[in-house]
Amino acid sequence: MLNYRSPETASLVRLANAGVRRNGRWLVRGVDFSISRGEIVTLIGPNGSGKSTTAKTAIGVLKPDEGHVERIAGLRVGYVPQKLAVDWTLPLTVERLMTLTGPLKGREIEEALAATGMLHMAKAEVQHLSGGEFQRALLARAIARKPDLLVLDEPVQGVDFSGEIALYELIKQIRNRTGCGILLISHDLHIVMAETDTVVCLNGHVCCRGTPQAVSQSPEYLALFGRRAASALAVYSHHHDHTHLPDGRVLHADGSITESCFPGDGHHHQPLAENVHDHDPDCGCGHHARLQGFEKAEKRDA
Amino acid sequence: MLDDFFIRALVAGIGIAIVAGPLGCFVVWRRMAYFGDTMAHSALLGVALSLLMDLNLMVSVFIVASAVSLLLLFLQKRGALSTDALLGILSHSALSIGLVIVAFMTWVRIDLVGFLFGDILAVSEADIDIIWGGGILVILALVYLWRPLLASTVNPELAEAEGLKPERARLLFMLLMALVIAIAMKIVGILLITSLLIIPAATARRFATSPEIMAVLASLIGALAVAGGLFGSLHWDTPSGPSIVVAALALFVLSLLPVGRRLDRASPSSPGGNR
Repeated sequence: MLNYRSPETASLVRLANAGVRRNGRWLVRGVDFSISRGEIVTLIGPNGSGKSTTAKTAIGVLKPDEGHVERIAGLRVGYVPQKLAVDWTLPLTVERLMTLTGPLKGREIEEALAATGMLHMAKAEVQHLSGGEFQRALLARAIARKPDLLVLDEPVQGVDFSGEIALYELIKQIRNRTGCGILLISHDLHIVMAETDTVVCLNGHVCCRGTPQAVSQSPEYLALFGRRAASALAVYSHHHDHTHLPDGRVLHADGSITESCFPGDGHHHQPLAENVHDHDPDCGCGHHARLQGFEKAEKRDA
Repeated sequence: MLDDFFIRALVAGIGIAIVAGPLGCFVVWRRMAYFGDTMAHSALLGVALSLLMDLNLMVSVFIVASAVSLLLLFLQKRGALSTDALLGILSHSALSIGLVIVAFMTWVRIDLVGFLFGDILAVSEADIDIIWGGGILVILALVYLWRPLLASTVNPELAEAEGLKPERARLLFMLLMALVIAIAMKIVGILLITSLLIIPAATARRFATSPEIMAVLASLIGALAVAGGLFGSLHWDTPSGPSIVVAALALFVLSLLPVGRRLDRASPSSPGGNR
């Protein structure tokens, strides 16, 4: 099913078979998922798999070249882009950054900065912030406008491990307090935020989707991450049934080869819950070493 | 006692400087200096067409500068060449086509140097009306466009996602640039217009703590440069347009002196620095 909530719950955004094409190449194709109020959807996938493209399509920055995207009328979006560099010629304090896209009351700015632990930095120029501080400032800006949908493109980039846990805890609090929907893009292929309702794994199309398993339920992961991290993180076990060949074609579990793979070609997306991962080790999706690392219960590479 | 023509030059120049301040800030923030140059150079084509077709000079320059910026947008969308290569092509071909057309028109005599370097001392009262009228229009438009323009300067996708219209803001900004170039051409000339946009803005950066303060400071610094340059040109009998640019440069160099740095370090922005 597309929707993990009851069908009566109105989706904030719904993508149906959406695809984006640039210069004759499909960046992403056949994507469908929806986000409802209070729901957290996490997109994972290797570099270039179309995560950011999908997120931008969902909020209307990119127009889908096939399929369609529905947004409820008057949807208020808070967006933290993956890359944001403020030119040093632009004098911009954290406080001024808050009202970049719309006016806010002084109290709203203070609340958002306090929630992200950035209140003491209000007067600092954004160019002087560290990576983690900048991410928190961007998050504060996005939540200060009280969005219906919060879109976070790799919000924990440049943040150390304990900072990552703290950010996930903060995102959870935001969801619980405001009830907004959250579309999260994760830089990690296996570890996602524990509160995630749905994980969508992309690799030019939806490879698989499912719910993550709480780390805290596994003694091995508890030992690996510690108790505090275990409450914030979850493990997503992949169960793909096809392999991306180096030339872009797709080898399916039944031995057939097709030019592309997207939902509807009838080859995959069986709702299996078992942990099967049959990508070729050199398929370029980049998470095999890490996956094997987990099997040996090795320490997580940063 | 100052002559009337000098007072007129001062009033016109300060009017231009006030408009150029905030506009120039965006040129600096968006790294569009070369783009400004291209539009300014295309103004000569506008001059040539105005003579050829007997059009009003400012209208003709505005139309050509707008057309060149639209052409650039179109070529950028096609994405075959990088933006600076496209700008190089547009800039110099527009200038050259203008010069070639002027050469063909043997029946008109034009003061090319006046167009290239400006002739602020020949400003008429009608010019002043246009400069201040047009200037107020541009400032009002900038106030209206401020938020979408600033947001899309930081990140166009962010602006788009949160309901501002960055593409429309960018298009209107280009038209405002074309308008200011058409108005300002007479003051500092085609070759020096961008300096009046960029140098005061760059000077203001060191002392500004917010985008808005930087815009206002750039206007004030520009006005100071106009006054300084004009008095200098009167005193030393130097060409007025280049003298204004030299005065702006002098202010910029002053802003680089250690006194400026100390001000910067003492500003409230510093506690956030490099933890």
